[in-house]
Amino acid sequence: MPDTLRIKVNGKTRDIAGDGERSLLQVLREDLNLTGTKYGCGEASCGACTVLIDGEPTRSCVTPVGAVGGRAVTTIEGLAQGDKLHPVQEAFLEADALQCGYCTSGMILSVVGLLRKNPDPDEAAIAARLQGNVCRCGTYPRIVKAVQSAARAGRRAQK
Amino acid sequence: MSRQHLVDGDRIEAERYELEAAPAYRFAPSRREVFRMLGAGLLVLAVSGGAENAAEAQESGGGGGRRRGRNDAAPRDIGAWLHIGEDGTVTAHTGKTEVGQNVRTSLSQAVADELRVKVNSVRMVMADTDLVPYDAGTFGSRSTPAMAPQIRRAASAAREMLIDLAAATWGVDRAVCVAENGAIRRNDGSGTAPLAYPRLLQGKTLSRTIEDDAPRTPAAASSVPKVDGRAYVTGEHRYTSDLRRDGMLYGRVLRAPAYGAKLKSADLAPAQSLQGVVTVRDGDLVGVAAPTTRAADTALAAIKAEWETSAQQPSERDLFTRLRGAGSRGESLTGGAADERLKGTYTVAYIAHVPLEPRAAVAEWSGDRLTVWTGTQRPFGVRDELATAFGIPAARVRVIVPDTGSGYGGKHTGEAAVEAARLAKAAGKPVKLVWTREEEFAWAYFRPAGVIDVAAALGNDGTLAEWEFHNYNSGGSGLRSPYEIASRKEEFHRADSPLRQGSYRGLAATANHFARECHMDDLARAAGADPLAFRLKHLKDERLRAVLLAAAERFGWEKRRKAPGRGFGLAAGLEKGGYVANCAEVAVDAGTGQVIVRRVVAAFECGAVVNPVHLHNQVEGGTVMGLGGALFEAIHFEDGRLVNGRFSRYRVPRFRDMPAIETVLVDRRDLPSAGAGETPIVAIAPAIGNALLDATGVRLRALPLVSEGRMPAPV
Ligand code: FES
Ligand code: FES
Repeated sequence: MPDTLRIKVNGKTRDIAGDGERSLLQVLREDLNLTGTKYGCGEASCGACTVLIDGEPTRSCVTPVGAVGGRAVTTIEGLAQGDKLHPVQEAFLEADALQCGYCTSGMILSVVGLLRKNPDPDEAAIAARLQGNVCRCGTYPRIVKAVQSAARAGRRAQK
Repeated sequence: MSRQHLVDGDRIEAERYELEAAPAYRFAPSRREVFRMLGAGLLVLAVSGGAENAAEAQESGGGGGRRRGRNDAAPRDIGAWLHIGEDGTVTAHTGKTEVGQNVRTSLSQAVADELRVKVNSVRMVMADTDLVPYDAGTFGSRSTPAMAPQIRRAASAAREMLIDLAAATWGVDRAVCVAENGAIRRNDGSGTAPLAYPRLLQGKTLSRTIEDDAPRTPAAASSVPKVDGRAYVTGEHRYTSDLRRDGMLYGRVLRAPAYGAKLKSADLAPAQSLQGVVTVRDGDLVGVAAPTTRAADTALAAIKAEWETSAQQPSERDLFTRLRGAGSRGESLTGGAADERLKGTYTVAYIAHVPLEPRAAVAEWSGDRLTVWTGTQRPFGVRDELATAFGIPAARVRVIVPDTGSGYGGKHTGEAAVEAARLAKAAGKPVKLVWTREEEFAWAYFRPAGVIDVAAALGNDGTLAEWEFHNYNSGGSGLRSPYEIASRKEEFHRADSPLRQGSYRGLAATANHFARECHMDDLARAAGADPLAFRLKHLKDERLRAVLLAAAERFGWEKRRKAPGRGFGLAAGLEKGGYVANCAEVAVDAGTGQVIVRRVVAAFECGAVVNPVHLHNQVEGGTVMGLGGALFEAIHFEDGRLVNGRFSRYRVPRFRDMPAIETVLVDRRDLPSAGAGETPIVAIAPAIGNALLDATGVRLRALPLVSEGRMPAPV
């Protein structure tokens, strides 16, 4: 008899059937049809599967769903407020910081996590915090620009 | 060992690794069929060369049935078509695929420019074999050079037809009619209200065929952002791996433990007994399909398989000897023992594309018709692979390519598509198969490894007098030196590659440029000349000179200041109609030998610039990818197994590897645009190699240059 797990995703409570050993990535994609979270390596090496758990960027491919508990999971689908994009999403569009876009959702969530900790990161800090996110299309320089402009927007909003 | 010698670099087919099967079937719809599909309105078919009946056919009355002309069957070589519906909807159809090069955006932009409509009102239908004309594939940097002008001409013909319609409606000379904001306006001061396209097309069925050799309209440069960018930053875009169909199962395929291993036996019973699991044994394919990926993994693990591995399995250690064949080092060069030419042997490793989205396919059968969604750069090629695999006519196979998580030349084949279709057939349900990263490493294909022998001699005046260049296995593109040389011999030698190899961004041009441009620096040193001056002295090609000078100027080549542990290098080349020059600055730690690439300047020219931002991004992306192959990417293998076939063991460029990258675009408005997906990658490795030589006095002749991130310890 499969037990049921309860997790909180993008503000909604979801009941998950089956075993808690499954990765959060697979549950998001297969059970909840939240496919914005991507598979790239399955071993916490590429960052494509990054989600926020209580605001902290987390590799969902190596996170068993049973370990999530009552913490809040945010996926790329939960970032915008209705039609209004999150400032980091806006900044990525503006800086054209994507080619094929496959790394983009993981990147954006990692950046959201980074700016939460450090609202004014310099290039070295950005590189250090995003080292685990790979963009094979090589958009790194534009991602750095996007992070900086999102940071500026965030600081303006603070004032 | 059988081996073919190709002597003249010019005659070598650039795409020698393409699997170019002749299409068994081409989609050649009649105009009527297109109108049935898209509704009445206006249709322009763009024919790539040799249209026999490039006549205009006008059918009025909306039905188009009775007065259909004899040209109804569309010519066979349609490259694209463009339709404007009665409601003004603009749809353009092409077989090109979007793999991150933003061709969807550049084609939409071309249509919008010519039709004077907003970019976001253009719908591109791409790479759906049931809905688009035949296309050989998206590679060889051909999408922009070949497709954009065709689409552009189709749109411009459509605009002219709309002008004709308006002129006829008003009974005025067409010269006073202009297209603007999706309408035709009169500029004769009459004050007449403009006629919007839908008004003009109401109840009409108009069509026209245009030929490829129509005059080229120069593209205006503008920077349109990625047309559907929003869908990517919100996670809404569905890649193949994100699709789902009703009742769909998740597939997994059993893989051999080593290349060349043969399946002796497989016990499927333990997997079969699991709930909801379908097992498949179909010739050499053993696989499972299950309601979740996790269940499929469990089922796959439950299969007990025995493999037979042959004793002789390829290993990396004898790779280069093997590629060069029986001839021992130096023997291939024509000089004897007394040969005093400056010689060098360069090697390049196999590298993997590592597209962030691995191969994926969703297959669905409906009776004997098959539909497969898959990320490939060759939808029609994959359709033919599927038709062959199942012995059905290609007309019963539909391949649809959702915009894909990149390819870089690595997604030309249809392995995942065929496997998914076999699983789906056995399961009687749609099946999604997403390759694991490890499968993508092991069972896709690699950029060819290669060995290059070079020998060159300077004349008494310090000019390059003799040049001999042998490439083993990596390929012929970029083989021919662009420099002026009195006597030259440049050969590409095929070899038996121990690993499966295929197309890669920049193809062999990267290997050939690496060897050539490193050797040019060695020659400059021998001649006591500055590397830039030495190149310019041997260069008549003014486009190549221009990018070299542009890169040198931005970099401050003349003003560079030698300092301990600091080095500067440059390299240049041309490929596929694009010209590139790189300057690089490196820092080498005196103690640890650690290498840091501090700064790279890339100057690039590929004719007229269409979208400066996207071109800039493509050059930058090529530069970043080139850094990986230059510095540390390499596939290691032993006894028929990959040693580092996973993401955590194969190093790709990351944020901290980034130098400051500056891109200079040289815009040649007077020249047609060539593609930019590949060429920007070719000169980066030699520029860094030359900078390392400048910094340390050590010449590294193997790619990757510093696999451990530091200079090799002196021996
Ligand atoms: S898929 Fe999780 S880090 Fe790569
Ligand atoms: S945009 Fe393609 S991997 Fe980052």
